[in-house]
Amino acid sequence: MPAVSKGDGMRGLAVFISDIRNCKSKEAEIKRINKELANIRSKFKGDKALDGYSKKKYVCKLLFIFLLGHDIDFGHMEAVNLLSSNRYTEKQIGYLFISVLVNSNSELIRLINNAVKNDLGSRNPTFTGLALHCIANVGSREMAEAFAGEIPKILVAGDTMDSVKQSAALCLLRLYRTSPDLVPMGDWTSRVVHLLNDQHLGVVTAAASLITTLAQKNPEEFKTSVSLAVSRLSRIVTSASTDLQDYTYYFVPAPWLSVKLLRLLQCYPPPEDPAVRGRLTECLETILNKAQEPPKSKKVQHSNAKNAVLFEAISLIIHHDSEPNLLVRACNQLGQFLQHRETNLRYLALESMCTLASSEFSHEAVKTHIETVINALKTERDVSVRQRAVDLLYAMCDRSNAQQIVAEMLSYLETADYSIREEIVLKVAILAEKYAVDYTWYVDTILNLIRIAGDYVSEEVWYRVIQIVINRDDVQGYAAKTVFEALQAPACHENLVKVGGYILGEFGNLIAGDPRSSPLTQFHLLHSKFHLCSVPTRALLLSTYIKFVNLFPEVKGTIQDVLRSGSQLKNADVELQQRAVEYLRLSTVASTDILATVLEEMPPFPERESSILAKLKKKKGPSTVTDLEEAKRERSADVNGGPEPALASTSTASTPSPSADLLGLGAAPPVPTGPPPSSGGLLVDVFSDSPSAVAPLAPGSEDNFARFVCKNNGVLFENQLLQIGLKSEFRQNLGRMFIFYGNKTSTQFLSFTPTLICSDDLQANLSLQTKPVDPTVDGGAQVQQAVNIECVSDFAEAPVLNIQFRYGGTFQNVSVKLPITLNKFFQPTEMASQDFFQRWKQLSNPQQEVQSIFKAKHPMDTEITKAKIIGFGSALLEEVDPNPANFVGAGIIHTKTTQIGCLLRLEPNLQAQMYRLTLRTSRETVSQRLCELLSEQF
Amino acid sequence: MICFILIQNLVGKTHLVKWYMQFDDNEKPKLIEEVHATSHCWRCQNTNFVEILNKYCDNVCELSAFTSKVYSVTDLTLVTSKICETSQMKVLKLQSLESMPGDHL
Repeated sequence: MPAVSKGDGMRGLAVFISDIRNCKSKEAEIKRINKELANIRSKFKGDKALDGYSKKKYVCKLLFIFLLGHDIDFGHMEAVNLLSSNRYTEKQIGYLFISVLVNSNSELIRLINNAVKNDLGSRNPTFTGLALHCIANVGSREMAEAFAGEIPKILVAGDTMDSVKQSAALCLLRLYRTSPDLVPMGDWTSRVVHLLNDQHLGVVTAAASLITTLAQKNPEEFKTSVSLAVSRLSRIVTSASTDLQDYTYYFVPAPWLSVKLLRLLQCYPPPEDPAVRGRLTECLETILNKAQEPPKSKKVQHSNAKNAVLFEAISLIIHHDSEPNLLVRACNQLGQFLQHRETNLRYLALESMCTLASSEFSHEAVKTHIETVINALKTERDVSVRQRAVDLLYAMCDRSNAQQIVAEMLSYLETADYSIREEIVLKVAILAEKYAVDYTWYVDTILNLIRIAGDYVSEEVWYRVIQIVINRDDVQGYAAKTVFEALQAPACHENLVKVGGYILGEFGNLIAGDPRSSPLTQFHLLHSKFHLCSVPTRALLLSTYIKFVNLFPEVKGTIQDVLRSGSQLKNADVELQQRAVEYLRLSTVASTDILATVLEEMPPFPERESSILAKLKKKKGPSTVTDLEEAKRERSADVNGGPEPALASTSTASTPSPSADLLGLGAAPPVPTGPPPSSGGLLVDVFSDSPSAVAPLAPGSEDNFARFVCKNNGVLFENQLLQIGLKSEFRQNLGRMFIFYGNKTSTQFLSFTPTLICSDDLQANLSLQTKPVDPTVDGGAQVQQAVNIECVSDFAEAPVLNIQFRYGGTFQNVSVKLPITLNKFFQPTEMASQDFFQRWKQLSNPQQEVQSIFKAKHPMDTEITKAKIIGFGSALLEEVDPNPANFVGAGIIHTKTTQIGCLLRLEPNLQAQMYRLTLRTSRETVSQRLCELLSEQF
Repeated sequence: MICFILIQNLVGKTHLVKWYMQFDDNEKPKLIEEVHATSHCWRCQNTNFVEILNKYCDNVCELSAFTSKVYSVTDLTLVTSKICETSQMKVLKLQSLESMPGDHL
């Protein structure tokens, strides 16, 4: 046995490490390591059995080599052997090796299960502890399978040592995280809750972590933890700084535990029992009071610990959102932090205040800090802090301070970091629209936006300003005047040219009376920008010119000259060339009356939801969209409405059909012009908090979906919390569906947000419109949502209905497939046998027919089959098929673009319990889809 | 939550690493490098955990960090990324208890 100086030191190891440290170069180090590896390998392979000490030493060396970044491909067996040693140091090195290397070699796990099992049942608590740490460190599914049943027993057994309980609680937590299905709730849960009462604060800390995680998923099981957590918290908060002995950290009593208890309480709504509630309020007040006391120590650890507890308490106050007094006090406290010299504190204060701004109780209190926040925006050196200041300004904005906040954001925009400019632009655009009383202010604001940060103004923003100007007569003249003035700047952003071109094309006449903005001046001003612009903008300007021809007959000649010039008529860009040719021809052949009709002012845009909001949400990512915004949705539901993102080149788009003849081109296909309309799509849900990641489809969703193919009403989804019912009717290519959301619990659902999700393909073929529903659904209540459906063209997928809401403290996310299927747009057609077979023959092209042979999934009952075919939507034609056992149907699928005739034939084979289904339609995709849908029904 | 713990010396040699999340084996060296790059100039002497290590080992040095003590202290303070024991005295006491049984070196 070598001489050692202290503890479990191993001299050979110490020598090896100091050799490595003394290596002058990387090469020397590798050389030394290789030498050592060879040595160890020969020892392990040698005939002489190694004693525990040597084994431990060599395994240690291997470990060290591994940690230096070299691969280790042997020694695992020796390490596993160490596990069965009775000496602590040997066993411990064995476990250490396993927990460090186990990811690199998962084969190991199977080898060690036995040893771990023995140690888990050992009477020596130290060994049990090692085994638990090993399970927690590895934390794999295999581990969970082997030990998840065992650990709860250790955790709640009466004779388990405190330190083992602590490790067991957290070990169980780890396994629950990896494989929740392997940790079933049971009798042990109620006993775990009582660990919150344990005398040993370490046990309470560990148990609090475990319970918090479990309670998020199983709130009912752990409901009793609330009162225990409150009384524990109360004892800690009111204790003198010496009471908790070494659990007091720099004069703060048990800060970690306090934070954990406060987090646990955030899994639940405010306690219903008035006594518990009163006690909790007292605790929170005490914590807020303590924040006002002078610090007991100048050390940063003291203030860190104290503030950690304070911020968690404020989070709980915000979560409960029920005590006005506490909310206002929390707000005042955060207000103090806004001016603290610690940057981190200022950051956290801004962030927490953002959520406070959403509470009706503290919104006003937050607003009093506006000057400080604006100052932060101007003076903070860290961009992330400035970003939070922008967020807070956005959150605290309402009608009373919108002008000030928008002005501040605009002036900040001039110097803002590039990374956050686009977001600020969107926020300014939204606030300006939402709180505009005077729309001239709105127009000014957006034009300023374009001037200051034109590159960051997305299409949505400038589409929006045009929509609003077109829909509001009172602002049109002002808008024309303002854009005209703005365009006079020597260098102006292309987005301004777009807005200017569009608005002058529509409303230039409103300012033409002023000689300074005569028609010719307007035209020259716009045309001076023409050559600097990109193709889409030029296309838009050409449309403006033809509109000028209508508005101002006196400039017709000038404009025709421009259109006629070689650079237009022979432009290399097809779009520009075509516009020039068509507009020139139009201006030449059409009479004034026809011109006036064709180039009439744009009709108002239909009121729809703003796409800017969706854009902001997409940009910010789900995590940063705060509660506040969702609360604001209620208030702003009306202002969100607004015109749909517009067509950029409306003049041609709005041209009624006579133009085609006028141009002498016959039935020319409609010309796609200008930038494509932004795919506003279905923006039902523009504000949601929380992970907007959509949950995978709920189990059974596919089956439920199939049940609705042949019927329109019924229950689509049901779990313990929520029931979703459907009622729908369809006529031709239109339909309307009512979705009923029933809250089955006695607790409110908060932030209730259903969203319809369509893939891009589907969106092009199926148009869905709906309005957001109220974000709170009371216990036992039912809300309904209407969906207007239009089938544009045939489609194969189904939309997904995603529902996100908060129940108690937990976030719920459910997705189901919404049964809007192609066959809903069927109209039955009766026909005689002769007609049927004639048409059947006409559709004999191989692509038109789709056939499927499948086994019966349900009893083969004639009447049920008939009902299903009728439910499917087609007519059931009796006495058509020569074989009376067969079923024959016919119908027409209505889409907006076309109608598709469909014939179907179903041939049952009772003996084989099989069906053969044949579909013939004029379109391959339709045959395919109908066959898929119908074959699932029998 | 804590995703991993990494103790390195100033040159970037790893002395202790514990992973509380599943990472790819390929990812780990990359992460370690990144952490070193961003944090080698950053000082953090003020956390409870480092304080315990310092009390236990006088000062966390290479040898002691390696000889597995730090690993066991880590396991006592943090299990699966959650705080297990916050009392510094208790951790130190447990640690010295653990080294005793059957240890004759």
